[in-house]
Amino acid sequence: MSEIDLTLLKPAIEKYIPLGCSGLLPALHAAQIVYGWLPQEVAAEVAQSLRVPLADVHGVIEFYSMFYNKPVGKKIIRVCTDPACGLRDSDGLLKKLCKQYDLEPHQIHPGLDLTVEPSPCLGLCEQAPAVLTTEGDQSSVHLGADQVFRPVSVVDGTIRLLTENCGNETASISQYGRYQGFFKALQMRPDEVVAEIKASGLVGRGGAAFPTGIKWEGAAQSQADQKYVVCNADESEPGTFKDRILLLDDPHRTIEGMCIAAYGIGASKGYIYIRGEYPYIVPVLEKALDEARNAGYLGKDINNSKFSFDIEIRVGAGAYICGEETALFESIEGRRGFPRVKPPFPTTNGLFDKPTVINNVETLCNVPLIISKGSAEYRRIGTEKSPGSKLFCVSGDVVKPGLYEIEFGLTLRELLTMAGGVARKKSLKAVLFGGAAGAFATSENLDVRLTFEDLRSAGLPLGSGVVMVFDETRDIRDVLKRLGKFFAHESCGKCYPCQMGTQRQMEILDRIAEGNALPDDFVRLQDVGWTMTDASLCGLGQTAASAVLSAMKVWPGLFKEGQSSQVEGLVKTSKTIKTPKKSVVKKTTPKVPKEKASRMSRVLKISKTKPKAVKKAAKAKATRKKTTRTTTKQ
Amino acid sequence: MTITLSMDGKEIRADEGKTLLEAARESGVDIPTICFHEATTANALCRICVVEVEGQRVLQPACIVKAAGNMKVQTRSEKVIRARRTILEMLASSMDLSEAPEIQQMMKEYGADTGRFPDAQRRESEVKDDNPMFIRDYSKCLLCWRCVQVCADDAQYTFAINFDGRGYETQIGTFFDKAIPETSCVMCGQCVGVCPTGALKPKREYLLEQGLSAGEISVMNTGRKQRKAK
Repeated sequence: MSEIDLTLLKPAIEKYIPLGCSGLLPALHAAQIVYGWLPQEVAAEVAQSLRVPLADVHGVIEFYSMFYNKPVGKKIIRVCTDPACGLRDSDGLLKKLCKQYDLEPHQIHPGLDLTVEPSPCLGLCEQAPAVLTTEGDQSSVHLGADQVFRPVSVVDGTIRLLTENCGNETASISQYGRYQGFFKALQMRPDEVVAEIKASGLVGRGGAAFPTGIKWEGAAQSQADQKYVVCNADESEPGTFKDRILLLDDPHRTIEGMCIAAYGIGASKGYIYIRGEYPYIVPVLEKALDEARNAGYLGKDINNSKFSFDIEIRVGAGAYICGEETALFESIEGRRGFPRVKPPFPTTNGLFDKPTVINNVETLCNVPLIISKGSAEYRRIGTEKSPGSKLFCVSGDVVKPGLYEIEFGLTLRELLTMAGGVARKKSLKAVLFGGAAGAFATSENLDVRLTFEDLRSAGLPLGSGVVMVFDETRDIRDVLKRLGKFFAHESCGKCYPCQMGTQRQMEILDRIAEGNALPDDFVRLQDVGWTMTDASLCGLGQTAASAVLSAMKVWPGLFKEGQSSQVEGLVKTSKTIKTPKKSVVKKTTPKVPKEKASRMSRVLKISKTKPKAVKKAAKAKATRKKTTRTTTKQ
Repeated sequence: MTITLSMDGKEIRADEGKTLLEAARESGVDIPTICFHEATTANALCRICVVEVEGQRVLQPACIVKAAGNMKVQTRSEKVIRARRTILEMLASSMDLSEAPEIQQMMKEYGADTGRFPDAQRRESEVKDDNPMFIRDYSKCLLCWRCVQVCADDAQYTFAINFDGRGYETQIGTFFDKAIPETSCVMCGQCVGVCPTGALKPKREYLLEQGLSAGEISVMNTGRKQRKAK
């Protein structure tokens, strides 16, 4: 350890010292850029500089998976192993990379100073198999060094309001134009701004669909010397990548949304909390904030009003739970991302215990539109109960994975058709809807209208807009196994149901995926799932079994012992004896007569014909599930 | 002010501001608790005290939810029993509960099967015997957080311990796993006092359990005194 030169640390962390504990995450990031990892001496020096107890600093380093307290390669190649990437053989890619460098995952290549790691969702699902390479403060999402750092995405849809500037390059302030909505807001009274958002019927797009106007109103009415607006850009729900594209391609829309929110509630300070897996967006945001300051859109007495507002960027460090609003506050405050008990709610006791409005990126992107158009005009888009447009992150087995913006009210079939339909001319098996914390839709749900009200009655959560498509050849148990692993990895460990439940769920799903289900695993999995759902402290735990419980309803046969791992659902094994893994795999028989195929696993091609909405509405009701619930993000 | 609410179909009265747990206990209704301790901030993390409150989507932790007028509470509904039983079964599959008689009793009461989760990965670790005052046996730790809380701003403001890892792999730990004497620990013993499962134990008690006699332990202490005197 003698080679550690602590004199390099001071200049790197100096600007965070006045922040105290709240400067801990930025200081650890800065220290890690200098040293490549966080050796004990460095952690101790950071602790002393920021006056944070040593044990607490250690606890924070241990919590975030992108902080390393053991040596790691200077260059880290992370390979996503979550469902969408799993479909594109990310396991094979990980193996290939390890073989190429002659490494085990997490090992350091002595010559190249490089480490290859599996990673939870990198938010690059449409780029599957996704890879993120970081080296110091440099990052790339492509493997070849000569490639550009930036993901190039398909952005399409039937309407381009939020994604107007989204394509393949960042819109500068001159392209974005004047903050029209914000300037209009400044001419209004703050309560009029809040009333306009309320009247628009906008609800949160992060997953929980809470009415934005009511949130703003709560914070506006709270009395305090300081209030905050926080942009939740900790998008980490497997299958979700919309906020990445919005921020990377059009950062000013989010910033303008924050300005309006701040004016509406009377906040003078804002934070954008962006996940650690999006390091390449940070400089884009920094540049955009500078542009906004130079244009006089941020700063003191904006446009000669008495309103002052500025924004600080905070970068996460690998923790899905920090997308939960109170865990996110804890993280900004420099602590482990443990969700708080609610109430009190953020609108009265949020960041630094002050009234806070926290909104998702997409939610904030709607705000300038609502103010500049007026809520009445905004409500002309979409349906009565779901006004506006919605971004859908379409990934998996479709021809054109990408980001699709549509008015609320189109059907799932229309959305999938837009994405080119099921890839490789296969039939549809299922769509994971809403995200890891979502539910499975089958071809029976193809004509469900994509609105909050229709999806709710079909038992499908809109969540964060995830539409992950699986073709007929896919083994849902492999998908569930990956989801199980994801939640076990991401549980914060605070409350017992989730801390132990995600682990037990993963173990059972592993067994099931291998064809080694034990007798009673079905009931065991249900008990664990419902216990997490009913009794967990926060949205993560409450939805960690959502997709699993939904799959258990759609394909109950999958979870019984002795099921083969390839034609699940089709084979009706009468076996109740545990069969060894290998022989089970061999027994997969393609000769199952079609008529034996259960109704549940029947697969239908997506036809491009017009939806038969009426007929299907009744069916949607029939398949209504009890499992409707919100997701972690809000 | 006194309010009236319904608990398991019976009307009970409670002072305004009381939690459901307090209201229940004052009325003789039993709600089990694990992480709750009167001397520490309630974090509602074990969720064993959850109850069903009419109109609420999910179960509510009785240790922190305030009783309100006209609330309808079920302390033993089917959902509640399933959650409590499953949490207890998961605990039994994760850790050593041999020195947690209250939890063993709870398991009997809720019909929890200790072997419910076969092939479950258990949390096991070596006994940490690194100081003269107490030992740390984290195989018995159920992560109630009380020790961390009393070491921090619930009592001692010493901040010697915090957490290692995350999720299922969370454990109580010191800065880079340093031995207790190398931390800011002042050996106040508060953590040992609030530990519900014998994970933290006075060294003397531990040595007696290891089969040492009081005399032998006394000699060990004499030896230390002599060394100190030199």
